Order: sequence, then C-alpha cells, then structure tokens
Amino acid sequence: MPAVLIEDVHKRFGSLEVLKGVSLSVEPGQVIAIIGRSGSGKSTLLRCINGLETFHAGKIEVAGHTMTQDPKKLRELRKDVGIVFQSYNLFPHLTVGQNIMLSPRITKNVPDAEALRLAKEVLAQVGLSDKFDSYPDNLSGGQQQRVAIARSLAMKPKVMLFDEVTSALDPELTGEVLIVMEKLAKGGMTMLLVTHEMNFARTVADTTVFMHQGKIWESGPSKELFANPQTPELSNFVKAGAH
Amino acid sequence: MLFQDVLSKWPMILYGVWLTIALSFIAIALGLVLATAMTALRSLAGSWAGYVVDAYVELMRNTPFLVQLFMIFFGLPQLGIRLNGLEASILAMTLNLAAYATEIIRAGVDSIHRSQIEAGLALAMSKWQVLKHVVLQPAFARVWPALSSQFVLMMLASSICSFVSVQELSGTAAIIEQDTFRSFETYIVVTVIYLVLALSLKLFLNWLGHRLFPQVSGLARLTEAHGEAA
Amino acid sequence: MQTFGWPEALFILRSAGWTLALTAIAFFIGSILGGILAIMRLSRSKWLRRFASGYILVIQSIPVLMVLFMSYYGLSALGIELPPFLAASASLSIYVSAYLAEIWRGSIESVPRQQWEASASLALTTAQQYRYIILPQAVRISLPPTVGFLVQLVKNTSIVQVVGFVDLMRAGMLVNNATYQAFQIFTLVGAIYFAICFPLSRLSRHLEKVMNASRSH
Repeated sequence: MPAVLIEDVHKRFGSLEVLKGVSLSVEPGQVIAIIGRSGSGKSTLLRCINGLETFHAGKIEVAGHTMTQDPKKLRELRKDVGIVFQSYNLFPHLTVGQNIMLSPRITKNVPDAEALRLAKEVLAQVGLSDKFDSYPDNLSGGQQQRVAIARSLAMKPKVMLFDEVTSALDPELTGEVLIVMEKLAKGGMTMLLVTHEMNFARTVADTTVFMHQGKIWESGPSKELFANPQTPELSNFVKAGAH
Repeated sequence: MLFQDVLSKWPMILYGVWLTIALSFIAIALGLVLATAMTALRSLAGSWAGYVVDAYVELMRNTPFLVQLFMIFFGLPQLGIRLNGLEASILAMTLNLAAYATEIIRAGVDSIHRSQIEAGLALAMSKWQVLKHVVLQPAFARVWPALSSQFVLMMLASSICSFVSVQELSGTAAIIEQDTFRSFETYIVVTVIYLVLALSLKLFLNWLGHRLFPQVSGLARLTEAHGEAA
Repeated sequence: MQTFGWPEALFILRSAGWTLALTAIAFFIGSILGGILAIMRLSRSKWLRRFASGYILVIQSIPVLMVLFMSYYGLSALGIELPPFLAASASLSIYVSAYLAEIWRGSIESVPRQQWEASASLALTTAQQYRYIILPQAVRISLPPTVGFLVQLVKNTSIVQVVGFVDLMRAGMLVNNATYQAFQIFTLVGAIYFAICFPLSRLSRHLEKVMNASRSH
C-alpha cells in the first residue's frame, strides 16, 4: 500500500496548464527528490499532496486518505502529512515551544503535559533543545527551519513534504538543515523533497524525479539518474548545476 | 416626509455645491504649492528649516480644523487682521491641507533612495534639477493615492466652514433647514450630494493620476489608501 | 463684557474632560461595531460583505458633520430624542465604526498568506486559525493606525456642539462670546487639544517603528 499515490493529476492556473498528467507512487519509508527548473510544476505538485493546491483531474491518495476539498477530511489528512516551507512560516508571536505545541494541543487534544514532553523531544531531535523559550525572531534562518521541521514532526506525520527548504538560507546554514533531514530519512520517514541541492538528492534520496513542463520527464534511482541522464533536458539541467 | 420643499431650493443647493468645489480646488492648489515649497525648503535649507516645518506640521495635525479656522477668523482681528468668512476659510483650508500634504510628500521623498540622488549629481545635474526630476517627480507619483485621499478628506472638511457662515453645501443645508423645518430631508439630500461629490472627486483624481504619472504601475504605494482627516 | 479669567479657563478645562469622556465612549462603542463590521466584510455571505462595504463607503465619503446630523435627525424621525451626550456618542460611534472596520480589515489582510498556509497545514480549523494565529498578529499590525485614528476622533469631537453638547470647543466659543478675547481663548483651546493629540500621535509613530523593526529580519 503506497504511502503516496498520485494518479494522472492535471492542474490549470487560468488558461495555463501547470501539471499535465503526473503519476507517481511512493512506498512507505522511501525518500523521493523532485528536481527541475522554476516553472516545471514541482512545487505545485508537492503542494497538491497536502491540499494547498487543488487539481481538476486525477487522483491523489496519501497516508490512507483520499484528497478532497471537504474541510473536515482535509484536516484529518493534514494531521498525517507534514510540510516544511521555503520561508519557514513560523508563528512570530509564539515562542519556539509554543509554535510546536499549538497544533497537537488544539487539533489532537493532546494534554498540556504530554504536548510539552513531545515538543521537547522533537526539539532535541533537531538539535535545538536550548531554544524552547526563544522567539523565532531571535533565531537564524537555519535554526528557524529546523524548528519548522520539529513543528511538523510533533504531529507524528506519516509523510513529510519539503518545499525547497534550503533555498532561502545562506550557504553556511543549509548544512544544519540537511543533516536533520538526512537523519529523518535514515529513521524511515517517508519524504518528498523539492530541492535544488543536487548532491543531497543524489546521496540521500532513493529515487529522484525530474520534472519538466508539468510532466515527469525522467525518474529513477538517484545515483543512476544523475550519472546517466536519458534525456537532453535532464542532461542540460544537471550540467547547469542547481538552477 | 416631503422632499419637495427641500428640492425646490435647488438654486441655493447648486450654489452651495459650486462653493464647496471652488473652495476645495483653491485650497488644494494653494496647499500643494505651499507643501511643495516646504518640502523643498526642508531638503535644501539647513536643519533649522526642517524644525520649523516640522513644528508647523505637528501643530496643524494635532489640533482640530475648527480651532484653526476660528483662530484665523476670530483671533486674527485682535492682531489687526480682519478676514471675512470666505477668506478665512480659504486660508485655513490651505494651511491645513499643506501640513498634511507636506507629510505625505515627505514620505514619498524619503522613499527615493540616496543612490538615485547621487546618480543625478554624477550626471552633472544641479541640486534643483535633481530635486525636480529625480526626487519630486517620482515621489509625487508614488504618493498620489495618499494625496488623493487627503484631497477628498479636505473637500469633506470644507463642511466645517459653515461655522463661519460660508454658504458652501453644509451652510446652505443649515439655511434650508431653518427655512423649511424639514431637517431630515435636508440632510439626506445634502449627504447624498456629498457622497456623489466625494466619489466623483476620487474617480477624477484616479484618472488624473494615470494621466500625470503613467509610469506608475506596481510601484510601491506608500501610506494607507485613506489619509488623515483635517 | 467679562474678562477672560480663571473661572472661564476652568470652565474650558472641565469641558475638556467631557471631550475626553466622549472620545472614550465613542471609541469603545465604535470598536465593538467596527469589529462586527470587519467580520462582516470578511464573511462568506455576499450580502453581509456588501452591506458592510456599503456602510463603510458611505460613512467614509461624507463629512463627519453629516454623520452627526444624519444620525441625530434620523433618530428624531424615528421618534427617538436623545439627550446631547448620548446623541453625540451615538453619532460618533457610527463614524468610528466605519473607519476602525477598514483599519482592522486591512490589518487582517496584512497578515502574510504563509501564516494561513502554515496553520492550515497543521490541520487548524478556520476558527482556530483566526484565534491563535491570525488575530493575534492582526491586532499588533492594527495598533499604529488605530492609535492614529484616535487622534482624528479627538479632533472630530470638536463639532459635536451641533447636537447640543458642550464640549471643549463649544466651551471656548461660549467664553469667546462673553469676553471677545478669541486669540487667547482659542490658543488655550488649541493647546489643550494639542496636549491630548500630540502624545497620541507620537505613540502611533513609535508603535509603527517598533512594528517595522520586528517585521524586517
């Protein structure tokens, strides 16, 4: 039973078709990297998986839920699918600890003491135990992003989505985030990551998917894909580097 | 409810509308000139000029327009300057609008990066030329929406001139009310007219903005869409 | 003809107290109404949105003087005769409600879209999003313009004499009629208004600086 099943998904923005029939199946524990140029549809595809974007044809099933626009069902789906954004999107008026504890408390009715314990646990997982009472303002970009990961982890998701999570970071800070992501991958989390970090995709992701013009252009085991691109588009893309 | 009594006075109402529009336009024109002068003064003269302008602006913005009007109409005669209602109104509206406009224009001017000015100077432009072409023109373009809002507010504030017996629209309303005893109908009619005037002025200023500053499309718009009242 | 002495000055100062009271009440009631209007503006119902937008547009496009007259004579027409203080409070509250509704709606819309996305992705309901994430941030954003508007309100209380209430301005005019020393009187009146408004204006600017500082990092 795949953790994520995307079947022939089509999406339009007005008259522009952004996803032209995308199909993808992800087994539990798999780590999939999605690469491609800006405009290839990769972020859009990722955001379809937790319902932030809608699609007009096709089907998506994730973590045992079928994608729907029904608000209640969508919320249940989102309890099992975590997402980390490029711009971290921490809640600026709450401390790190409060950011992490909020959703478990109010959407899953986790009691306060348990939520506290859980928050401390995930914060330790990302290496920021001492920042529990800090405000996001006072953290570096890399630290904020790790808190964002912890915040999603606190929901105990079955699938984690990462939307270019290191793109907004200064180069010195990407490392700390990638380390956390690698740990997660080794721990068996099902992960889909849209990324420009080619090296990371090659070494940590089992499978890499190359998107081009709204379609999956090539996909396969990461090391193989990067070593032997089958299409000129992927070939050029890899040669040109990250972007 | 009989609107007939009120509507039969349409010549008076028309005169009131005309006076409201005239007062507003004169105040806007003079006020803009004064505001531009003060902005230039602030930029070009020393810091003492800046303090004087700031003091003036703070004074006008932190006291009610009615107080300013009465100071000019009732207070100045004590110093030997006697103005009639209309003259006092024009002066008061001009001074008041100039204060707000100065602030708004200042925000626009401040948004022009120093590097723009340096580029102008490096191209051998004089201080005056830089001020005009590099600073004021784009600054005006950016703050046009905020300025427009302030103009509309000033037109609405002209209603206060009725307190010194100027027969603009509100003054006319008071007279009609006294004559006909139809208070509610009078004020409904006048309110609707103000509504039409305000919306028309807004549309006109929008159009004017596009004509004068065609290059402004997505440029950063400063200051909220509605300014402050007089 | 009287001279402008201490009794007159005290009368003016006492009336300033009434101006402050009126401001406070109009702000309080106007806030409640404004909050309701802001919610209506953002509601899913097309009719609620339209009603609120229309109400706000009308109030913002007519002089405050007309808001005063319309509410006063409107209530008269319905047979309700309010004593001057209540009439003034009611009219000003209507004026306040429209402007605050706009400020607050603008503040809510200023909360970055990503905050909506992040909270939705954490499975919060819309009500939970508003309560825990959006409104706390919107309130912060709304502080500078709300305090700035308070200054407008104080200044606009100067015309409530048209519904028969004796506020600071009216007191000054009454003393002027008795003493004909307009320059001194209106200097005093102006100074009192300034003493109330200037600190508020400074506060608003200070809040804005604090807001901008925390937002840019």
